Parts: sequence; structure tokens; C-alpha cells
Amino acid sequence: MVKQGVVPDDLTRPFFEAANEGRLVVQALKGSERLYFPPRSASELGCSPDDLEWREVSGRGKIYNYCVVYDCPVASLKEDIPFNLAVIMLDEDPGILMYSHLPGTAPDEVPVGASVRVIFEATANGQKVPEWEIVS
Amino acid sequence: MTTQMAPESMYRSTEGLGIWEHRGKVAAVGIGHSPTARRWDGRAETSVGALSIQALRTAIADAGVPPDQVDGLVLVPVTTTGAHWPADQPVPMDVVNAFNPTDDPLDGVGQLSAEWLLKNMPELTNVKFTMYAPGCMSAAIVVAAQAVGDGLASNCLVLKGWHNLEGRYNHGGISAADEVPGTFAISPGRTLWGAPGCYGTALQFAQYCTKYGKHHDMMAPFMQNSRRNGLLFPEGYWAQHRPEQLTPEDYLSSRWIAKPANLFDNDIPIMVAAAYLFTTADRAQDMAQKPVYILNHASSRGVARSITPTLEEVETETATTGRKIYEGAGITADDLSFENMYDGFAQFHQFHIEGLRYRGMQPGDALDFYQTDISIEGPNPILASGGNIGSGRSRFWMHTDCMQQIQGRAGARSLTGVKPEIAVSGGPMPMGGNFTVWSATPD
Repeated sequence: MVKQGVVPDDLTRPFFEAANEGRLVVQALKGSERLYFPPRSASELGCSPDDLEWREVSGRGKIYNYCVVYDCPVASLKEDIPFNLAVIMLDEDPGILMYSHLPGTAPDEVPVGASVRVIFEATANGQKVPEWEIVS
Repeated sequence: MTTQMAPESMYRSTEGLGIWEHRGKVAAVGIGHSPTARRWDGRAETSVGALSIQALRTAIADAGVPPDQVDGLVLVPVTTTGAHWPADQPVPMDVVNAFNPTDDPLDGVGQLSAEWLLKNMPELTNVKFTMYAPGCMSAAIVVAAQAVGDGLASNCLVLKGWHNLEGRYNHGGISAADEVPGTFAISPGRTLWGAPGCYGTALQFAQYCTKYGKHHDMMAPFMQNSRRNGLLFPEGYWAQHRPEQLTPEDYLSSRWIAKPANLFDNDIPIMVAAAYLFTTADRAQDMAQKPVYILNHASSRGVARSITPTLEEVETETATTGRKIYEGAGITADDLSFENMYDGFAQFHQFHIEGLRYRGMQPGDALDFYQTDISIEGPNPILASGGNIGSGRSRFWMHTDCMQQIQGRAGARSLTGVKPEIAVSGGPMPMGGNFTVWSATPD
């Protein structure tokens, strides 16, 4: 599956630059365990931009649950239906969730709760994004 | 007159507010519906503006109020079911000029303003209070109820209109782009991963089934009941255009959209408008219809922590909403004669009614409850209106049904297993919506 290309913007650039380097980072409040994903602006969080940082995480998680997509609005993914669309909980903080197509896992054969690890997948314009595969 | 969006202070969105200060002092009296259509056919007389005027005039006549005594108007300016007017497509000026236009040619075609309505309803000579509410009728009702209670208007119209254009929404625009901005790529809802509109709810439902050992097939009695009730709703889309019962076999054999949500778990977008007339409890005594008193309104403002709301976040929020609904009305779950919580997506409904603890339900109980008698003839009616599943996407059938049942004019849909005395309706989302408690008596 080739996802639409991604053009990083100010808010998300550190996330996508890290992905190109094979690292998974999540926005965090300095001096705190608190993580934010998707990232928020400092004004939205009511803090100074200097209070925020990007923290590298292990890239390990578990499958929260999933659906099988049969009717997809994104043109470039339509030829791939049906496909899994799972939500991954990070091991560091299960409240932080990321989407995954679970590459390598057949549609509707998803073990809910299974451990996964991050991989990085190139989108249509070469920008990499995190994906997740089941740890066997 | 400049119309503002209702301030957040008009909503009751936290617990601990006590009994609503206007409990039983505001009443709904008049009801007006336009006809329905699957999509707009391009004619002026079927535009969302025309449908809205028709609904408003019907509600005024139904209440028996002279138009010049209407002094308030609360409406939702956004009318789209999902598709906005294409930027590269000219607005049909024959339609625009069939009405008294405002500076925005989309007024009456792809949106509504209070200014446009008042320009095209010259009989409304005394409207001094206008206000916008976001999203859907559930919000407009809350704002109008609060406004009447606060004395901002005495005879207040409440309006929601919907337009539905050709095409499949969310399938063009950024979904068809070669590249997307980074913020969009990892934003909640529609993202790089291709989630359809029902995905978030389907995911919560999948987790619900995992957590409580349930299955999508268990939705079938609810779906059948909703369509049945909808076909008894003469104002609704299915009753007017496709009077077909939905059998469990029809439902279970339907194509998946995002498994475990299939086509029928999604409501059908339509053209329609509805209006109500709210007034004070005192004034309502002299009007043409039996008053339906408002005991409380409550709002939910749940915020998902990450990329999509989890089942656990939804359950926390709906339980909080249930407590707010009962607290402000001064009632308990045992006082509800029936419920009309939101259902479009169908898989919202169990979250709402479990949050209400309707008929003693706890989280995880609703699908088993659906296997019992949930009909309008039984003691435990579920979604007496049939909701969006039963009549198409309007997000207001549930409110109309609460009023009509309590007024004793729900026709073939009339409840017979319970006496309709107190009901709750509202939505849309379990994580964010507005809810109203209706009563046959002010106390």
C-alpha cells in the first residue's frame, strides 16, 4: 500500500524528520511524563513553545483494536481494499495511539492485544511514516 | 441585526450545576417538517432555504401563534450533510434570485443565515432575538430553551435544515490529492490511513465486542426496530420514498464499510428541514397544541486524548452525560418513559443508552437488551422515533418524536407499552452533544 505523500509543516516537522531517520518521537512536556499525539501547538496547551520537546520512544506497542476498511475515501488506497486499519497503543503510554495498516497481516486476521514494533514506510513522495508490524 | 454563535455559557456542560433554573418554565409547542428528498434537484422550491421556510411556517401555524408574535429565531447556519458547494461550480443564480438574497449567494442553497430567512419571511415582523447554534438541532434546541428561559425571546423558532448535493463526500478534495500536509496526515479522523467516516465509531464498537463478548449480528433487532419505527414516521425519508422493511437478513448481508460497520449502520444523507416553536410555560397554555415542558438540557464536551476516542473514553463521557441529564432535571433513570438518543451511526446508540443507565443498563448490556422486546408496544421502547436509521440523516427525528409522543399525536408510532410522560433525546456524538429532557408536566 502506498500512502499519499506527506509534506511536513511546522507543527509536525520534527515527527516526520525523525521518521526519515528511523526514529519514533512524540511531543512531550519537558520535565513531565505527559505525551501528546497528535502534536499540539503551545498555545493550545497553554504553555510556552520552550516547554515542549520531542521525545524518542521505544517503538513498541500493542494492538488496541481494528476495523477492516472496505470503503475508503482516499483515492490512492482504494485498490488495496479490504485492508486492516488498527490502532496501536504505545508501550510507554497506552493513552497515546497511532494508526496502522499492519503490513504483513491478512485482512481480519488481527490478534487484538498483540505486541507490535514500529517500522518506517515511504509514502508516495518518499517521506517516511511510522507503520507497525506484529512481533512474532 | 447581527447574529452571533451562542456562547458556551448557554450550555450546561459540567456536573454539579444542580436543577436547571428554568426547569418546567419553557415548553415546545409547534412542530413543522418539510418533505424529504434524497438529494437536491436544483430547483428553487426544493432548496434548503425553501424547505426551511416551509418548516418554519408549518411550526408557526401548528402552534397557532400569529407570525408577528414570533420574536426569536435560533438556527444552525451550516446545512451540509457532508458535501460543500464545489468551489469551481457557479451558484445557480436563478435559484438565488428566486428569493430575496443576501450578500452571500450560497445563502438558502448551501447554508442559511438568519438574515436570509427574515428577508424571505416578511410575516416575521417582530423578531428581535436571533442566534446561531453549531452542528445540529440538538444544539439549537438547547440554545433556544435557554434563551426563552432567560427572557431573550418569548416565542422562539428553532430551525435545522439540511442540503444534500450530488456525489460522495470526503471522496474528493484532499482525499484525492497526491500529497497532504503533515498535520492532516496524523490528525484525528480522516488521515493518511484512509479511515472512512464511520471508522472511529466502528473501532469503538469493535472494542465493545471484544470487551463484552458481543457480536455485530446482535445489532439486527435494533436495526429492524429502527426501520419499523421510521416507516411509521410519515415525515421521514424511508416512509416517504422507500417504504421497505429492513429484515435481519437484509441487514446482515449488507456490504461492509469498515467492518464491523456495514452500509446500514450508516445513516442515509437527505434533504430536509424541521422547525419547532418554543415559548414560556405560561404562554403555552393558550396555544394550539399541548405543551411539552423542558425539564433540563445538558451538553457533553468530551475530548479524546489521542488520535481517536477509545471505548473507555466514550463510556466515561456518556456516563457523565447521563448524570448531568438527570441532575438538572431532578429525575432518575427510573423516571424515563422512553428514550430517543442519537443513532446515526447506529453503533452510537448503545453507548448513549448505557450512559443513561436506561432501564438499569450497565456498560456492555445494550446488545443483550436489543434481543428483548424493544418495540413501541412493549415496556422498554428503544429509539421510538426510529432515529436517523429509521428516517434518514436529520438528527431531529428523535426530538420531534419526544414531542409528538408526549402531545399524543405520534399516530401509528404511538407508544402503547408505556405512558409517554418523560423522555430524553439528543446527540449526536457520545463524546460531544446536546441533550434535552421533555415532560408532559412542568414538574
